[in-house]
Amino acid sequence: MSTETLEGEARPDVKPALINDFSIQVATVNGSGSQSSNSVLMRSIFQMGVPVSGKNLFPSNIQGLPTWFTIRANKKGYIARRKEIDLLVAMNPATAREDVASLEAGAAVVYEETLGLGKLRTDLVTYPVPFAELAKEVVEDTRLRKLLTNMIYVGVVGYLLSIDRKEIRTAIEKQFAGKAKAVGLNVKAVDVGFEYAAKHLQVSDTLRVERMNKTAGKILIDGNAAAAIGAMFAGVTVVTWYPITPSSSLVEQLIDYLKDYRIDEATGKATFAVVQAEDELAAIGMVLGASWAGARAMTSTSGPGISLMAEFIGLGYYAEIPAVVWNIQRVGPSTGLPTRTSQGDVLSSFLLSHGDTKHILLFPSSVSECFELASTAFDLAERFQTPVFVMSDLDLGMNVWMSDPFPYPEKPIDRGKVLSASDLEKLGSFARYRDVDGDGIPYRTLPGTNHPLAAYFTRGSGHTADAEYSERATDYVSNLDRLAKKFETARGYVPAPVVESEKDAAVGIIAYGTTDWAIRESRDQLREEADLKTSYLRIRALPFNSELADFVARHQRVYLVEQNRDAQMLQLARLELSSRPELAGLVEKFRSVLHYSGLPIDARFVTEQILAQERES
Amino acid sequence: MGTIVEEPASPKKVNRVGLTQADYKGKPSTLCKGCGHDSISSQLIKAFYEYGVEPYRVAKLSGIGCSSKTPAYFLNRSHGFNAVHGRMPSVATGSVLANRNLVAVGVSGDGDTASIGIGQFVHLLRRNLPIVYIVENNGVYGLTKGQFSATADLGSKLKTGVVNDLPAIDLCSLAIELGATYVARSFAGDPKQVVALLKGAFAHNGTAVLDIISPCVTFNNHEGSTKSYTWGKENEEMLHDLDFIPFFEPIEVDYEEGQTTDVELHDGSHILLKKLNRDYDPRNRRLALDLLIEVREKQQFLTGLLFVDPDEKNFIDLLNLVEEPLATLPLERTRPKKAALDAIMESLK
Repeated sequence: MSTETLEGEARPDVKPALINDFSIQVATVNGSGSQSSNSVLMRSIFQMGVPVSGKNLFPSNIQGLPTWFTIRANKKGYIARRKEIDLLVAMNPATAREDVASLEAGAAVVYEETLGLGKLRTDLVTYPVPFAELAKEVVEDTRLRKLLTNMIYVGVVGYLLSIDRKEIRTAIEKQFAGKAKAVGLNVKAVDVGFEYAAKHLQVSDTLRVERMNKTAGKILIDGNAAAAIGAMFAGVTVVTWYPITPSSSLVEQLIDYLKDYRIDEATGKATFAVVQAEDELAAIGMVLGASWAGARAMTSTSGPGISLMAEFIGLGYYAEIPAVVWNIQRVGPSTGLPTRTSQGDVLSSFLLSHGDTKHILLFPSSVSECFELASTAFDLAERFQTPVFVMSDLDLGMNVWMSDPFPYPEKPIDRGKVLSASDLEKLGSFARYRDVDGDGIPYRTLPGTNHPLAAYFTRGSGHTADAEYSERATDYVSNLDRLAKKFETARGYVPAPVVESEKDAAVGIIAYGTTDWAIRESRDQLREEADLKTSYLRIRALPFNSELADFVARHQRVYLVEQNRDAQMLQLARLELSSRPELAGLVEKFRSVLHYSGLPIDARFVTEQILAQERES
Repeated sequence: MGTIVEEPASPKKVNRVGLTQADYKGKPSTLCKGCGHDSISSQLIKAFYEYGVEPYRVAKLSGIGCSSKTPAYFLNRSHGFNAVHGRMPSVATGSVLANRNLVAVGVSGDGDTASIGIGQFVHLLRRNLPIVYIVENNGVYGLTKGQFSATADLGSKLKTGVVNDLPAIDLCSLAIELGATYVARSFAGDPKQVVALLKGAFAHNGTAVLDIISPCVTFNNHEGSTKSYTWGKENEEMLHDLDFIPFFEPIEVDYEEGQTTDVELHDGSHILLKKLNRDYDPRNRRLALDLLIEVREKQQFLTGLLFVDPDEKNFIDLLNLVEEPLATLPLERTRPKKAALDAIMESLK
């Protein structure tokens, strides 16, 4: 059998060879074991030294609905999502026709022969494979056969892309570590696919993996795991949670790591407590109780959980109790698209709860920042005695990213202004909410401190500097003003933005979180394709610091690119600048680029949007 | 403004930890004069003092409502936390996890526990967290001026004449059913029993629920109420006569065989239950539930220690926590060594 040439027509337009620069999409059925196959395929390319990224587009379903996995290999190291697919592996009969229809001319398709997809289009390179028949060679058991069918395509694709078979084997050993039987069966399945392809498919030499050395020493990890590791090395002691996609895997992986590394050797006892709470209300309540009593406590959730936590977060803000809340953002409003990504919770998290509240938000863009900010979040929460949100998203949290290994944290941690019994003895007095240092941050004591001065009463109702109940207007105002001052102090403590200035660039781009990856690539596209130089400011935290105004001032037009409908960060940036008369004019420079389909933003989208608006200006 | 009645004590009289009863006082109460809650605060002061608990070890926790204000009115030398409505159990859980040495005392009301907070309440019970959980139960919402709560009895009347046509939630049955290991009902008008039950609860090492009928003098103390002082005094039937012998005192009571049940509590203290009208052993969960169904059907007001299981594992045991408070573990015990990170990174390559 040879590559099908369709109905006697001319061979399709074959794209120029794409070496170490292509995207593969695998369309399968949820719950069919394709996740292992896709991991193995991605890891094999990674082991060939080629930068890769994987995006799992999955349904809110356990079994039966369609799911897609995209692997992008890119020699330059671009790891943002790319829309265009060069090779489709169509394993799901339910979506196969639509999947094939969406391809650009010249793309290749590997598919189950009996689906007859080759007849659909004449402008594609098609590789029919009798997967069902081949699976019979691998194993007798029909249930296993189904799972192993997906490993056969790894063999076929491996052959088509010239991936070293040894690397696939290594990846399988890693995937099924310690399970010899599974390793054997999966290797066999790959071999069957590889050998079938070698014998029967005529490869039109468009896509190819060639060895390079851009992944040596790198790790592959999802953001939720990185956050979990970061939290463990930051000394987390109390973790509470309620399961919710896409946040659950953060705590689940944290539990595994804690069991491995945080059991006291001498006693066999745990230096941590993890509680699966009855709901997100209880999860944040437990965090506040634990932090009040002095633990490094955190929870992890997503939009619906954040909404439920609103009342408690206001208590944390007003009664001044540390809390670390990971918000792995998904698409809202309401249940929204639970398995799609978004940056739609910026405003709601920043202002969460009734009354005048505002919170510190951190925006990791990479897995290494998930690791780093896990620790920063605790330091800030304890320093400022307030809830701190870490605004990850589904794309960062649940997809696998390539990264340098995380450095061991050498810095001491910051437990904030906590007075011990001996401090109290020396001071001779203590007022819980007094601004002793002029930075708006008061001192606190922990329950269990053995000193008659230590106790105070924590409440969400009006209080004096001595923590006494008060409804007096002056007490309320001075307390609220001190909280505002504390927030001003935070500007100097939160992670500063990362600025990349291009000399003489008239255009500035501002982005945050995972949008970063599309911006990096888009800036190159803008320079190479449209000769447009841009500077870039990546926001890493709220509140803003003065660099925002400086950056806007230095450019004629500033594009704020984000993944929500209402330009949420742009609204906050406008508010920030317009609150100061001397800066108010700067807001005229803002332009907005918004991506909110639920899929991760891609560079081509950013480039097109910016160029379109540039043409108008 | 109400007052916390203090037992007359000679100025120099101190307890086993060298403190006077005045050291257990709180701020002046802002509740109505004669409020049952103030009586309970007085008994808390007395019980803590007599039992000799060091105030710095106590964490006072509450939700929102009249009852939830009371932690300000006892134990000034203890940290207090007035949380949000119905959510005290989660805050208490977090604080006990952070510092297992804390003696957690939660004060809640019938609205705070049986309505808005019932979700957290039942999960607290299920975990058997070590905490003394007091429900100051008056059957009405006081701060919002007298609406029925979910513990108001079927057929009882509001001041306005409105009759409650929904059945009451029986917090004691719920507590026993769902895993609390020390469950009692009492009456704010019966200070002697309240004190004995409180001390027993301090000696217990799991969730202790005290459902104390505590009349609201302003909104639910009238004819037709089943939570009034008069109704309570006329209808209270004591399940047994209670005597608490702390672990630091010898048991010198002579008791007749078959007339008294001696329950040894977790810390070595004893609670002696002297038989009155009924043969009753509070260590039998099924008997306790049957009894509660019976008294509900007969609309009786039965007080005493309904259920106790001194040996059940609590939540801290289940989590296998280190002996020291998690809150103050030094960094070298909470940050794994560099080799651990290296190993993790290697596994991800």
